[in-house]
Amino acid sequence: MLYSYIGYYSLIFGLIISLPIFFYSIKNFRNEDTLDYKIISFSFIQLFLVVVSFLGLVFSFIYSDFSNETVFNNSHTTKPLFYKISGTWGNHEGSLLLWLVVLTLFIFLFLIKSKDLLKKYRILTLLFQQIIIIGFFVFLIKSSSPFNYIFPVPEEGLGLNPILQDPALAIHPPVLYLGYVGSSIIFSSALAATTLNYISKTWALHIKNWVLISWIFLTLGILLGSVWAYYELGWGGFWFWDPVENVSLMPWLSLTTLLHCILVLEKRSALSSWTIILSIATFTLSMCGTFLVRSGILNSVHTFANDPERGLFILTFLFVLIFISLIIFFVFHKSDNQKSDSFFLLSKETSILVNNWFMMYFLSVVLIGTIYPIFLDVISSQKISIGPPFYHKLIIPFLIPFLIFMVIGPQLNWIKSGLEKKKYLVLFFFISLLISFFIIKNLKINFLFNTVLIGSAFFLFFTTIKQFFLKGFKNIQQNIAHFGFSLLILSILFNNIFSTELITNLKVGESFKNNRFEIVFDDLKKFQKKNYISFKGNFSIRENEIEDNLEPELRIYNQPNIITSEADIKTTLFTDKFITINTVQNQEYFNVRYQVKPFMLWIWISVLLICLGGLISLFKKKYE
Amino acid sequence: MYGKKVKLRFSFIVLLLLTTILSTFLVLKSLEENVVYFKSPSDIQLLNEIKNKKIRVGGMVKENSIKISSGEVNFIITDFKNEINVTYSGLVPNLFSEGKGVVAEGYLKDKNFFDASKILAKHDENYMPPEVKTALEEK
Repeated sequence: MLYSYIGYYSLIFGLIISLPIFFYSIKNFRNEDTLDYKIISFSFIQLFLVVVSFLGLVFSFIYSDFSNETVFNNSHTTKPLFYKISGTWGNHEGSLLLWLVVLTLFIFLFLIKSKDLLKKYRILTLLFQQIIIIGFFVFLIKSSSPFNYIFPVPEEGLGLNPILQDPALAIHPPVLYLGYVGSSIIFSSALAATTLNYISKTWALHIKNWVLISWIFLTLGILLGSVWAYYELGWGGFWFWDPVENVSLMPWLSLTTLLHCILVLEKRSALSSWTIILSIATFTLSMCGTFLVRSGILNSVHTFANDPERGLFILTFLFVLIFISLIIFFVFHKSDNQKSDSFFLLSKETSILVNNWFMMYFLSVVLIGTIYPIFLDVISSQKISIGPPFYHKLIIPFLIPFLIFMVIGPQLNWIKSGLEKKKYLVLFFFISLLISFFIIKNLKINFLFNTVLIGSAFFLFFTTIKQFFLKGFKNIQQNIAHFGFSLLILSILFNNIFSTELITNLKVGESFKNNRFEIVFDDLKKFQKKNYISFKGNFSIRENEIEDNLEPELRIYNQPNIITSEADIKTTLFTDKFITINTVQNQEYFNVRYQVKPFMLWIWISVLLICLGGLISLFKKKYE
Repeated sequence: MYGKKVKLRFSFIVLLLLTTILSTFLVLKSLEENVVYFKSPSDIQLLNEIKNKKIRVGGMVKENSIKISSGEVNFIITDFKNEINVTYSGLVPNLFSEGKGVVAEGYLKDKNFFDASKILAKHDENYMPPEVKTALEEK
């Protein structure tokens, strides 16, 4: 009760604080030379109030205060403490409050960290950010308050969806949101810089850190979601091209493109319009992500039951933001003072630009695949879904030139470059092709295409390794990230090609044998846990004289009454052995799925390497 | 006649247009081939011909219709007006049970038999696929 009250009122006061912030900002904008200290203080107060409000919700969850509607809908007394806390952001209302926390936190950090920049620019950024913040405040208080009161107070809550009761997914939303919301600072500051005609090398250098921070978090957030999907959903896949996944990939693609553009802006003061458009696009796509996931509009296998009314507000708000930013872009933006013909065909910036186009193409494919079903439903009420083949067909072929440009680009110089001393690249390319030729030779798959694809991935792989030995710590951030990307593509390809799967229905004591495996369902044990009953199956699996014991689990949760299956995965350096069981309507047969998935571990490692590249880039600058 | 710069810009624009047209064409063609339509059992009864194309069928799993053997799972999807027999050999999702909503993806054998290659998992016991909801509301 108490905590909900504290939370609710500090939310309202937080909104009211926006008034003095606006007042002092506008006053300060005209008059003095230095930033008024009051503005920073008020921003801090706003951050403080939002954090108090958030903590109010967290404590309502911890003490299972079921007079709070959000707690009632998403919590239960028998739930472990960790998941009570993570339940705070495992729902619509709480996750929006988390958005607000990050929004206010980031603008406060921005104000502190930008001391040596133009005062007007800092104030304008704050104002743009305040518009977003007010939008979220109003949305929270008006249509999705996390502090609604229910009377009579229920005895027990409805519980958190069990598949969300998982460590990876407990931290997935905050990490992903840090990435999403981080792009709001990029958005606000890009608009502010455009208005003041401040798009310059200094600005690029400064905003690059924010781009890096949100990029790292977004990458980690996507990784966590993917790892979770892999072991929790029991399909053994890590990416399903599902709309909910796509909406997190789209801002990532646009942010990655932005990251490369900023480099060109920093080094060559070119591509400024591109940079602004990408900054706007990234934030818009992040907002779209929130809207599409939370509105229930998407036809997704991950969709949770939710309320379509709320989507309308976010959508309207989104359109207002896009409208404002486009007006600012067209009215204030002056194109680069450098002439466009100083772009030479063979230079680093050209190859960055080319790869940016590829990224934009990937982005449009994902966007069309995600939006088209909604669009078709609205205009002709035909229900369709677009599956992985669509994306594979349109994206994979273009990975080949994309990878090759990723090799060539970093080898070139800024401004203008020749191809002298680059003959080893051709040699590398043939070696890579040869290696992939021998790998593919004995497999019954599309021969030529896969040879070239794997070949170009190897090409990037070897070139980055060579760079690493040759150049050492120079450009190490880019080298590691690109190396990680080549490893990612290779692991995904090998994972797809070499995975094997076996699905059968077994009773306890039965066994199944084919020419490669023998699976014996030894026994089934029952355990009583705090908020679920666990059934652990014991399987022995024999393959080439190697015997493994795997124990997949079925959990029957008490509240809500849901069965989940927990895969048992035996991870080694080169393969994952993955098994899940499932009951069908309490009949004697258990649905058993056994998969051997090579290089799974390397997919995760390579994404971490890509993140590491970003981290190094972030910290390297500080020490130089 | 024209300067070098104009020529360069012109060829750039032409190149841009060509790539845009080409990629739009590719995307549209691929969309056409890979779209999976959603049908309810009643929609299937109204079909004129059985095409060899992947579709999704959604509705409720009929009570007492799930039969399981070592190789496959059989059940009936109903929209309380018409029904269709589904054969499936694969992993069923956790929330798959009688009286609950289901979406199966696969190929039609004829108007009464459906060969499913995938049954879609849902994450929420209150959740009903939007298609199933509208299909049931339409009855």
